[in-house]
Amino acid sequence: MSDMTPKPNLSPSVEAKGGLGTAPVPSTEHGDHLLHDDHDHEHHDQHWLWKYVFSQDHKQIAKQFLITGMFWAILGGTLSSLFRLQLGWPESSLQWLTPFLGHWIQAGKLNPEFYLALVTMHGTIMVFFVLTAGLSGTFSNFLIPLQLGARDMASGFMNMLSYWFFFLSSVVMFSSLFIETGPAAAGWTIYPPLSALPQAIPGSGTGMTMWLMSMALFIVSQLLGGVNYVTTVINLRTRGMSMSKMPLTIWAFFLTAILGILSFPVLFSAALLLIFDRSFGTSFFLSDIYIAGQALSNQGGSPVLFQHLFWFLGHPEVYIVIMPAMGMVSEILSTNARKPIFGYRAMIGSLIGISLLSFVVWAHHMFVTGMNPFLGSVFMFLTLIIAVPSGVKVFNWLATLWRGNIRFTAAMLFSIGFVSLFISGGLTGIILGNATLDIQMHNTYFVVAHFHLVMGSSAFFGLFAGVYHWFPKMFGRMMDEKLGYIHFWLTFIGVYLVFMPMHYVGIAGFPRRYYAWTGFDSFSQFADMNKFISIAAILAFLAQFIFVFNFFYSIFRGRRASQNPWRSTTLEWTTPIEPGHGNWPGEIPAVYRWPYDYSKPGSDVDFIPQHIPYSQTQSSNLPYEQELAD
Amino acid sequence: MTALTILLVLVLLLVVFGLLFRLQILTSIFSGTFTRDIGMSNSVNAILMIVFLVVGGAWFAYSFVENFNKMNPAIASVHGHQMERMFWTTMAVIGVAFVITQVLLFGYSYKYQHKEGRRAYFFAHNNKIEVIWTIIPAIVMASLIFAGWKAWTRITGPAPKDSVVVEVMGKQFNWLVRYPGRDMKLGVINYRMIDAVNEWGFDLSDKSALDDFTTNEIHVPKGVPVLIKIRSRDVLHAVYMPNFRVQMYAVPGMPTRFWFTPTLSTDEMRAKLGNPKFNYELACNQLCGGSHFAMKATVIVDEPDDYQNWYASQQSFSAKNPDVLAAFQQKAKTLAQPVAAEPEAKETAPAPLAAASY
Repeated sequence: MSDMTPKPNLSPSVEAKGGLGTAPVPSTEHGDHLLHDDHDHEHHDQHWLWKYVFSQDHKQIAKQFLITGMFWAILGGTLSSLFRLQLGWPESSLQWLTPFLGHWIQAGKLNPEFYLALVTMHGTIMVFFVLTAGLSGTFSNFLIPLQLGARDMASGFMNMLSYWFFFLSSVVMFSSLFIETGPAAAGWTIYPPLSALPQAIPGSGTGMTMWLMSMALFIVSQLLGGVNYVTTVINLRTRGMSMSKMPLTIWAFFLTAILGILSFPVLFSAALLLIFDRSFGTSFFLSDIYIAGQALSNQGGSPVLFQHLFWFLGHPEVYIVIMPAMGMVSEILSTNARKPIFGYRAMIGSLIGISLLSFVVWAHHMFVTGMNPFLGSVFMFLTLIIAVPSGVKVFNWLATLWRGNIRFTAAMLFSIGFVSLFISGGLTGIILGNATLDIQMHNTYFVVAHFHLVMGSSAFFGLFAGVYHWFPKMFGRMMDEKLGYIHFWLTFIGVYLVFMPMHYVGIAGFPRRYYAWTGFDSFSQFADMNKFISIAAILAFLAQFIFVFNFFYSIFRGRRASQNPWRSTTLEWTTPIEPGHGNWPGEIPAVYRWPYDYSKPGSDVDFIPQHIPYSQTQSSNLPYEQELAD
Repeated sequence: MTALTILLVLVLLLVVFGLLFRLQILTSIFSGTFTRDIGMSNSVNAILMIVFLVVGGAWFAYSFVENFNKMNPAIASVHGHQMERMFWTTMAVIGVAFVITQVLLFGYSYKYQHKEGRRAYFFAHNNKIEVIWTIIPAIVMASLIFAGWKAWTRITGPAPKDSVVVEVMGKQFNWLVRYPGRDMKLGVINYRMIDAVNEWGFDLSDKSALDDFTTNEIHVPKGVPVLIKIRSRDVLHAVYMPNFRVQMYAVPGMPTRFWFTPTLSTDEMRAKLGNPKFNYELACNQLCGGSHFAMKATVIVDEPDDYQNWYASQQSFSAKNPDVLAAFQQKAKTLAQPVAAEPEAKETAPAPLAAASY
C-alpha cells in the first residue's frame, strides 16, 4: 500500500507540542458547525427516564452495558473467590460464611453441590454477561457509530431493546442465585443428562429452568445487538469511510457480530430442545437412563448431540469474546506506539481467517466424548490451523511496537498485557488442540489455565484497556493514570501467579470441577500449590477494586479531558468532548485516509486524523496519495 | 506460612508501586492540577516491563523446574510413553515461541519507550515478512498435526483381537465393573432390568450373561492389550486413568471404548515410586453431580499368571444371586417366548469407536 522506506531526515523538533486536543491541521469543515446545529434540538428537553434509562442513544446504552457488566464481573469474581477458598483450604471451616450462604454451609463445610453451582455461575456470568455483553455490548455500541461517523446505530430502538433484554436476562439469572434448590450447577456447558434431570442434582430443577430462560433472553439481546452492529457498519459509514479505511476495532466488532448472529441461534435451539427434554418428555438428549431408583422411558437421544450444538456456539463464542479485545488492542497499541499498526490488511485477513475457522473447530472440545475418532482427526487439523492467523496477529503487534515511541498509558499497559497473556494462553492451545495429547489433558486444570489466560484474562485486559482509553470520550473526564498503573501491575502479576502454576496442576492430571482432591492419592501432591493459587486469585480480585474506585471517582471528579487526549487519528476524537445525541453538532466529517497515519514522514505532527484530506498534507503524502490529492 | 509470605510480598509490591509512582495519585486527583506528561512514570513503566520479564521469567523457570517431578503422573502404558514424548516435544516447540515472543514484547516495550525528540519509524507493512511468519508457523503446525494424527489413529484404532475385555459402567457416584466370564462374551444387559441387586441390569435369559462376574476393583494383566468398554446408566461420566494416559466419556445410551497396554504391574510401580501404598486410580472426569469429586475406582495391574488365577477364582453374578436367576427362569416359564432383549443394549450395538476400524 505504501512505500516502506522512511524519510530519515525528519527533524524531530517539528513535532507539535501543546497541540493536544486540536486537529493538527486546520480543517474548513469544522468552521460551519454552528450552521448545522438543527440535529441537536429535539433532545434538549428529554425526560431523564428517556435520557438515562430507556435511552436510544448508543453512547448511553454502551454505558448501561458497561455498568451492568461491571456489576456482573464483581459478582463473578466473588463467586470465584468463594470456590478458591474451598480449593485452597479444603479442610478448614467456612462457618463464617453462613450469614451469606445460609443453608449452603453445613457443619462448617461448603455444600459440594453448591460448589458446583458456584463454578457454573462463575463461568456463565464471566463468559456471557461480562465478556460478551459487557465487552462487545459496551464497545461495539460505543465505538461503531463514533468511529464510523454515524449519528447513531441503524436502529436506536432495537439497540435499546438489546440492552433491556440483557437486563431482563440478568434479572432472571441473578434471581436464580436465591432459590431454595440453588442456581444451575451442571457446569457452564450444561451438558445433559445432568442438566436435564433434577433427580441428578438439585441445581437442575428450577435453577436450570431459570438459566435456560435467562439464556434465551440473552440470545435475543445478542441478536438484536448483532443485527444492529452489522447493519450499521454496512450502511452508515460516513463519506469516504470505505471498508478498507475502517479502524481495526470496527473490523473486529463487525466480524464478532457476524459470528454472534450465526452461532447464537444454534445455542438457542440447543436450549429449546433441552427445555423440551426437561419439561415435555421428549428424548433429544436422553437415552437408557436409570436414576433415583427409576428407569426413565426416554430412548434414542444422544447427549453428544447436545455437545455438538453447544460447542457450535461455544467455540465461536470464545472468539466473540476475544476479537473485540483484539481490535481495541490493535488500535491502542498503534496510537500509543505512535506507529501505524503493522500489516493492516494482514490484520483484517487474520481476523477473517479466525472468524471462518472458528466455525469449524468446535469438536475439539469433544475428542474423548465418544465422537467418531475420524472426526477427531479432522477437527485436530482445523484447530491447529487457527494458530496461524493468531500467530500473524501476535507478530504484527510485536512489529507495531518495534521502533515505536511508546507512551505507557494505562490503556497501553493493558494492551501489552493482553498480548503477553494471549501468547501464554494461546500456545497451550496447540497442546489441547492435538487430539492425542487431549486424551490426557481433557477436563484437567491445564484446560482451565489455558482458557483463563487466552480468553478470560486477556479479554478482561482488552476490556480494561478499552475503558481506560475511551473513558474520556464516555464521560468527558480522565481516569487517574497512576491508579491505572498500579491496577495494571497488580493484576498482571496476579494473573500470572494464578494461572501459570495451574498448568502444573493440570499436567499432573488434576480434574476440573472437583470440590476437593482429597479422595485421590494421584491428585494430592499439589495441596500447597492450590493454596498459593487461591491466595493469588483472591488478591488479584481485590486489586480490581482499585479500578472500580478509579472508575466511579473519575466519572465525577476526574480531571477534565481535552478533545483528543491521546492524539489519536480516529473520528470519535473529532466530536465535542461530551458528544450529545447525534454525536457531531454539525456535519459529519468525511474520511480521506486510513486510520493509522502516525509519525508519517514529512508531517510536522506525529498523527494525521482520518478526516484530514490529502490536499492539506502535501508534505507527507506518499506518491499514490499525492495522486488522490491532485 | 506460604499465605503470609505471599501476602507480605504483595503488600510490599503495592508499596513499591505506590512509591514508584511517587504517590502523586491523591494529590493529582484531588487538586486537578495534574497534567499528563510523558515523563517519569513512562520510564518507570518501561523499567517495570524489563523487571517483569527478568524476574517473572526467572520465577517461572524456577517454579517449573521445582515442580517438574510432581507434574508427570508415572506412565504405565505403551501409548502413554508416545504421548509423553509428543507432549514434551510440543512443549519445547511452544516454549521456544513463548520465550521469543515474550522477550520481544517486553524488550521492545522497554527499548522503544518514549524519548523526547525521537520519532517512531513509519513502517506500515511488508508482505515478505508477513509471508514468512505465516509460512513458518504453518509448517510447524503441519508437522505437529501429522504426528498427532498418526498417534491418534493408532491409539483410537481397533483393539487387537487378543485383548482382555473389561466393562465399566458409571453411575452416581461409583464405577461398576464386570468381566465376560468363562465364555469371553459379555452378556446382554438392559437398563430397565436394573434394581438395587441387579445393578448392571443383567438379562439372565441371555446365556452369555450367566457367567459374567462383577467386581469392585478393576484387574488387568500386565503386557497384554486391555479393551475397556464403557457405559453409563444415568448422566455423563468419564473414565480417566492418568497413569495409563486413558480418557473416554461414559455416555448413557451409547457404549464407548478405549484400549491400552499396561506396562508396569501395581507392585512394580510401587517399587518404582517407593510408595508401598500406591494404587492406579480411575477418576470420573466429567461433572456428574455433587459427589463427582469422590467417584473413583482402583485399578490393579497383575502379572499375567496372577491375573489368570484371579479371573478363574471369581464367581459369576448369577451364581452369587440365585434369587435373581430364579426370577428370570420363572418369567421365562410363564411367558411362551423369552423376553426379547432391547436391541440397543446388545453387544452388537454400533460403538462409535469402532467406526475407525471400518
